[in-house]
Amino acid sequence: MTLETVLQVAAGGLLMGLIYALVAAGLSLIFGLMDVVNFAHGELMMLAMYAVFVIWQASGLDPMLQLPIVAAMLFLGGMAIYRGMIARALGVQFNRGMVQIFVTFGLAIFIRGAAQFVWGGEFRSVTNTWLSDRSLNLAGVYFPLPQLAAAAVCLAAFAGLLLISRTEFGKALEATREDREAVALIGIDRDRIFALGWGLGAGAVGIAGVMLAGFYYVGPNVGASFALIAYVTVALGGFGSMGGALVAGLLIGEVEAFTAVVLEPSLKQIGVFGVYLLVLMFRPRGLFGKL
Amino acid sequence: MENFITRRRRKELIVAGLLLAVAVFAPMAIRDVTALNVIILSLLFAGLAQAWNIIGGYCGQISLGHAVYFGMGSYVSTLLYVQAGLPPSAGIFIGGAVGGLAALLVGWPCFRLSGHYYAIATVVVGEIGYLLFLNWDYVGGATGVYIPIAKPSLINLQFGKDKLPYLHLVLAFVAATWLAAWLIEGSRWGYAWRAVKDDVVAARSLGVNIFASKMAASAISGFFTGLGGAIYGLYVGYIDPDSVMAGHFSILIALPTVLGGVGTLWGPILGAALLIPLKELSSSYLGGSGRGVDLMLYGAMIIVVALARPQGLVSLFGGRKHGAP
Amino acid sequence: MALLEIDNVSKSFGGVAANVEISFAVEAGEILGLIGPNGAGKTSLFNSIAGEVTPDSGEIRLDGQRISGLGPVACAERGIARTFQVVRSFDSMTVLENVMVGAFSRNARPQAAMRAAQETLEFCGLHGKADRPAWSLSPPEKRRLEMARALATQPRILLLDEMLTGLTPTEAQGGVELVRAVQRQGITVIMVEHVMEVVLPLVSRAVVLNLGRVLTIGAPAEIVRNPEVIRAYLGDRYAAD
Repeated sequence: MTLETVLQVAAGGLLMGLIYALVAAGLSLIFGLMDVVNFAHGELMMLAMYAVFVIWQASGLDPMLQLPIVAAMLFLGGMAIYRGMIARALGVQFNRGMVQIFVTFGLAIFIRGAAQFVWGGEFRSVTNTWLSDRSLNLAGVYFPLPQLAAAAVCLAAFAGLLLISRTEFGKALEATREDREAVALIGIDRDRIFALGWGLGAGAVGIAGVMLAGFYYVGPNVGASFALIAYVTVALGGFGSMGGALVAGLLIGEVEAFTAVVLEPSLKQIGVFGVYLLVLMFRPRGLFGKL
Repeated sequence: MENFITRRRRKELIVAGLLLAVAVFAPMAIRDVTALNVIILSLLFAGLAQAWNIIGGYCGQISLGHAVYFGMGSYVSTLLYVQAGLPPSAGIFIGGAVGGLAALLVGWPCFRLSGHYYAIATVVVGEIGYLLFLNWDYVGGATGVYIPIAKPSLINLQFGKDKLPYLHLVLAFVAATWLAAWLIEGSRWGYAWRAVKDDVVAARSLGVNIFASKMAASAISGFFTGLGGAIYGLYVGYIDPDSVMAGHFSILIALPTVLGGVGTLWGPILGAALLIPLKELSSSYLGGSGRGVDLMLYGAMIIVVALARPQGLVSLFGGRKHGAP
Repeated sequence: MALLEIDNVSKSFGGVAANVEISFAVEAGEILGLIGPNGAGKTSLFNSIAGEVTPDSGEIRLDGQRISGLGPVACAERGIARTFQVVRSFDSMTVLENVMVGAFSRNARPQAAMRAAQETLEFCGLHGKADRPAWSLSPPEKRRLEMARALATQPRILLLDEMLTGLTPTEAQGGVELVRAVQRQGITVIMVEHVMEVVLPLVSRAVVLNLGRVLTIGAPAEIVRNPEVIRAYLGDRYAAD
């Protein structure tokens, strides 16, 4: 491999890694708040991608312009999922852990079925966007603009999430995470915080979905493969750790990119999974997980 | 000594014996091939769900990668038959043993993890197994393996077009898994595993070895899952990674137990008896024209049952009140 | 030789010292109180004795054999049983089944374990509740259940973590009688209690911990007169206000 190829592969891994990081950040936020793994996270991303496709088809609106609309839709959707299902799942008396896992699994299957029902099984893609087929050439390393924009937006959204965690709301989030009973005493409405947490988590994955739709096909199963990477990212970084999600996202992006070149593209995830299992052997709670 | 537990266990055994007798003879009256097919699949998944129940229900370790053991079992038994000529009547047990061995191998790193970390690690293990078999030419890669049709015989466990012998084969499988769960419930292991599920710290303070408990439960669960996979391969006559190792199989193995009642003897059977017919019927009636409606129904049912009956549908019958949480 | 020796044990968590150079010995057959204000390091020391945590330095010996660092399972096998400050019952099992988990550590056969568990339940006054699901017990009953479960392992030393705290006077009296009965069976008892008044009438000696260190060791009558103990407790109450 020449240096140029190495740099090119590394660049591709970096761009993808930032998307993974944002998808994982939403998952991690929700987990950190209430110990729930959202197994429908990938399906939320898929919904965002379909939303972009539908709006684009109907109005020709460029995905970049749709960003705030779709993110807001996902934010509301996330809150609705919390109010409608998760709040109930948190309240069951028996088998709470198992109920949480399988309720979100059921939701994932439902959304996948609904997507198939509405849009059929075939792949769709958004074409002729502002950024399509354009790229940036930096010292011989080639950056496709849709991917570059996606990475930049994801990084910005990530920074946004970190900023939010510094505000009053962020402090309320933190307090809710630290001590669920005590926050009720000081007048924080736990249910509202949790709903907002779900809104933010879904909004984050929605942003990732919008940007991804600019260069990636949409189909009913697109969420599943991204979600798997997201779970691995979160577990690798440490559940509940935002910094961990960023580092792990980048690591996974790179490992995946290099495995695809060194072995073969169909085995790219093997490298990711291998690194993940290896790390967990030594750090069972991930790179940045609290023990 | 006569008490609540001994009485309950004897009653369970009698009920199971009666049910088994009915299940052996009743299907002889059924001629409809589609109906027999649904019954066979339901029974197979009742057994698989019971196998999952051993690690997931009794020991409380939520494995979402059981498709690996299932797939290993069916590949090993099939390849031993196709490549080495070993009759499936022996091969299915070797398939099961390999499933159990695989579960130990997976458990060794994964049982350092707990809770969600364990669940996600098993998803990943399942995906690794799927990808490896998909890219492994010796096992047929994505093309898969056909099981050559032989003359119907017990030694080859092939019965041609006759469904009834297959039904009795999977019935024996269900009975074996049920009996295993029943024996475990009454044994030292069963108590230790349930303690591990409820509270790890308290369990080890009473001298229960956590890691060994999880490994033992996992091995037994893996053995029966592999055995079920081997039987499934024989029944469908063709296996490929998508039909025996895909991730959704892991969910399908766990789901009947979750819906029926985790850590109960009858939950997996009840869950499979409801879930599999519903799934088969909805996909054959709605899957084609409705496109996705079957999945929506399936997903909605999981959500509703999990929220409305978190202790499982078996609690509706009031059989095992004490097993509630 | 004393039954249990705590020899210069130190343990810190994330830079915070929970136990500092703690040394004392426990004689066979006694009821020893381990008291001190909140945050004195009582539960941390308990966890070290039960093998749940490994001391950073120092040693814990049972019959002269080192047990620190062997882990909770080995400690349970060697005869150390415990209850927990926050009750940990096995909620998917009945009361009898809970106790059977403990009984299985000395009886491999289910029938034998069941008999042993039933006897233990009777001893702890829970035999009427044997077939009730554990989650349905009241908090004081759950404390008894934990004790029965621990006793079913036929321990040499029983560690009780705040088993009398939060009980009504009648319930506490029942608990005190139960502890005495345990002692009469020849089992050594170490009790952690936050409230001195509850535990002092029961114990032969008490170890007072403060800020992770041993403040004093002595008979109850000496403890209540010790000015340092009074200051530690008053300071604690003062801070609590």
